[in-house]
Amino acid sequence: MSQRTVELELATPGLDPQGRPVRVPLPADGGEHLLLNMGPQHPATHGVLRLVVELDGETVVRCIPHVGYLHSGFEKLGEYRHYNQIVPLTDRTDYLSPMANNVGMALAAEKLMGIDITPRCTVLRVIACEMSRIISHMVWLGTTSIDLGAFTPFLWAFQERERIYNLQEMWTGARLTTSLTRVGGLMADIPDGFVEKLREFTRTFPNTLNEIDRVLTRNAVWAGRTQGVGVMTAAEAINYSLSGPMLRASGVPYDLRKDKPYLGYETYDFEVPVGEHGDVYDRYLVRLEECHQSNRILQQALERLPDGPINVDDPRVILPPKSRAMSDMEAMIFHFKQVMEGVKAPVGEAYVGIENPKGELGNYFVSDGTAKPVRWRIRPPSFINLSALSKMAQGHLLSDLVAINASVDIVMGEVDR
Amino acid sequence: MTSQIPGRLRETVARDGETIVYVARERLLEAMTWLQQTPGQEYDYLVDVTAVEFRDRERPIEVVYFLRSLTRKADLRIKVELQANDELAVDSVWSLWHGADWLEREVYDMFGITFRGHPDLRRILMWETYAEGFPLRKDFPLRGRFSRAEQVRQALNANPEAHYSLDELSIADAWGDLPDDMRERLKRGERGTVPE
Repeated sequence: MSQRTVELELATPGLDPQGRPVRVPLPADGGEHLLLNMGPQHPATHGVLRLVVELDGETVVRCIPHVGYLHSGFEKLGEYRHYNQIVPLTDRTDYLSPMANNVGMALAAEKLMGIDITPRCTVLRVIACEMSRIISHMVWLGTTSIDLGAFTPFLWAFQERERIYNLQEMWTGARLTTSLTRVGGLMADIPDGFVEKLREFTRTFPNTLNEIDRVLTRNAVWAGRTQGVGVMTAAEAINYSLSGPMLRASGVPYDLRKDKPYLGYETYDFEVPVGEHGDVYDRYLVRLEECHQSNRILQQALERLPDGPINVDDPRVILPPKSRAMSDMEAMIFHFKQVMEGVKAPVGEAYVGIENPKGELGNYFVSDGTAKPVRWRIRPPSFINLSALSKMAQGHLLSDLVAINASVDIVMGEVDR
Repeated sequence: MTSQIPGRLRETVARDGETIVYVARERLLEAMTWLQQTPGQEYDYLVDVTAVEFRDRERPIEVVYFLRSLTRKADLRIKVELQANDELAVDSVWSLWHGADWLEREVYDMFGITFRGHPDLRRILMWETYAEGFPLRKDFPLRGRFSRAEQVRQALNANPEAHYSLDELSIADAWGDLPDDMRERLKRGERGTVPE
C-alpha cells in the first residue's frame, strides 16, 4: 500500500521554499505501511474527531487528526449578537463545563467595559467554575476508564456528575445549557436549599474520589496501559502551547488561578498538582487531585459566601427588576434601551484567560464602540492540546493511541466551535 | 523593555492593561525570535494567534500574537498590520513555537492569511475543497456565499473518496522524518518509555 490510490486536485497554498507543493508523491521504499481511518464515528475518539493513522504493524508511524465536523461558526455568530446574547453560544463550545465558559466570557466583557462585579457574584462564579471542573473531570475519568477497559469507575464518576447536574438544574433551570452569567452579574441567585445540597455534595464527594483512586491508581492494568505512554517533556509541552492539566502533568507548575488570579482565587487555600513524567498516568493523577482541590475550594467558597446583590448597580448594564420596569418610567426606558440596543462597550480590546478544566480558556473581545463585538475570539484549550496528538502518538501502539487521545481531554464542541 | 524589539512601530495599552506592540510585517520573525530567546524577555509560551478585521474597511487587518513568559509571568501582545488590498501574508512562527501549527492554520482557514514557512498550511475547520471563501472576513455573509440549494448540490456531488485519500499522508516521507532511534525502536516493535 505504498502507492497513492487516488489523485486529487486539492487547493493548497502549502508550498516549500522552492514553491512546490508540500505534499510529495509517495516513494515505494517506505515499507509495508497500513493506513487506518478512525472516526469521525468512533466511540474512542470522544466525538466527531477523525484520525488517519499510518501503521507499521501495530505501531503508529504517523497520526493525522482531522477536525471541523462540528464547526458551527460561533465566532462569526458572535459578531452579530449583543454581548449578553453571546452567553448561550459559550454553553455550546465546551459543553462539558458550560458554567465555566459563561464565566470566562462574562469576565472578558466586563474587563472590556470596566465593570467591577459584586462580592457575592464573585464567590458564586468561583462555585460555578469549580463545579464545572468537577463534572468535566468526572466525564474525562469515566470515558477514559471505559476506553481502557475499566467499566466501574465510569458508573461512579457519572453518578457524581449527575449530582452536580441536579444542582445546576436547581440554579439555572438547565442541566447542560446553563447560560449562567450576564455582563455585570448572573441570571439568577442560588435558590433556597442550594447551599445545603452543595455542602452535602462536598462532604461525600471525596469518598467517591478515594474509591476511584483505590480501583485505578495501583491497578496493574491501568498503570501498564498508561505509564510511559504519550510522554511530553516540560520543554515540549511549553513549545506546543499545552495548557491546563496537560501542561502541569509535564511538570510545569503553571495555573492561571495562581499565576494570573481572577475572581479572587489568590485568597483561596488550594494546591496545584504537578506531574513528573508527562505521560497519560500523570495526567490522570493530576486531574484526580484537581478534583480534591476543587472540592476544597467549593467548601471555602460556601463558608465565605457573602450576602448582597448579585448584579452591579448600573441600569445601563443590568436589566431593572420586572416590577420596576412595569411601574417606573425611567426603569422602563433603561429596559427598552438594553433590550433593543444592547450594552455598548467602549472602543478597545480585552483578553481574559481563565483556568478551565481543559486548560486556558481565553476570551478576546475587540470592540468598535457598538453593542456588538467586532471580533470575538475563543482560545480553545482542547483544540491546542489536540494539536500535539500526532507528536505524542508517534511510535506507540494503536491501542495506546486511544489512551493518548483520551488523555488530551478533548470536547469537539470546543475544538471545532 | 519593549522599545528594543526589532521592527517595533508603535505601542499602545489595551483596555485590559496589556501592552500591545505593533511590529513591521517584514521583521516579525526577527522580533519573535528576539522576544523568545533574549535573556530578560524569555517569552517561551505562545498563548494564541488570531486575526481581527474591522467593520471599518479602511483599517488594516491585524494578526495578533499573544505571548507569555511562564518564568517571568508576563504577557505581551504583538500585532502585525496587513492592508486588505495588499498580499495577505506574514512569516510563520511555527519554527519558534510548534503550538502555532493549528493556530496559524485556523487563521488561514478563517481569514485567508498565508503564513510563509508553515509546514502544512491547509484548511482545518472547513473542508479542503471549501470554495466559498474565508468565513470570518467581514465581506463574508453570515449565511455563506452560496445559496442553500447550491450548498446541498455540492455536498451531494462531493467525491467521498476525497476524504479517504492517501494524498496528504505521503507515507514514506513521514518514515524518513522520524528520528533514527525511533525507527530502530519501531523495527524492534518496542513502545515508548518514561524518559529519565
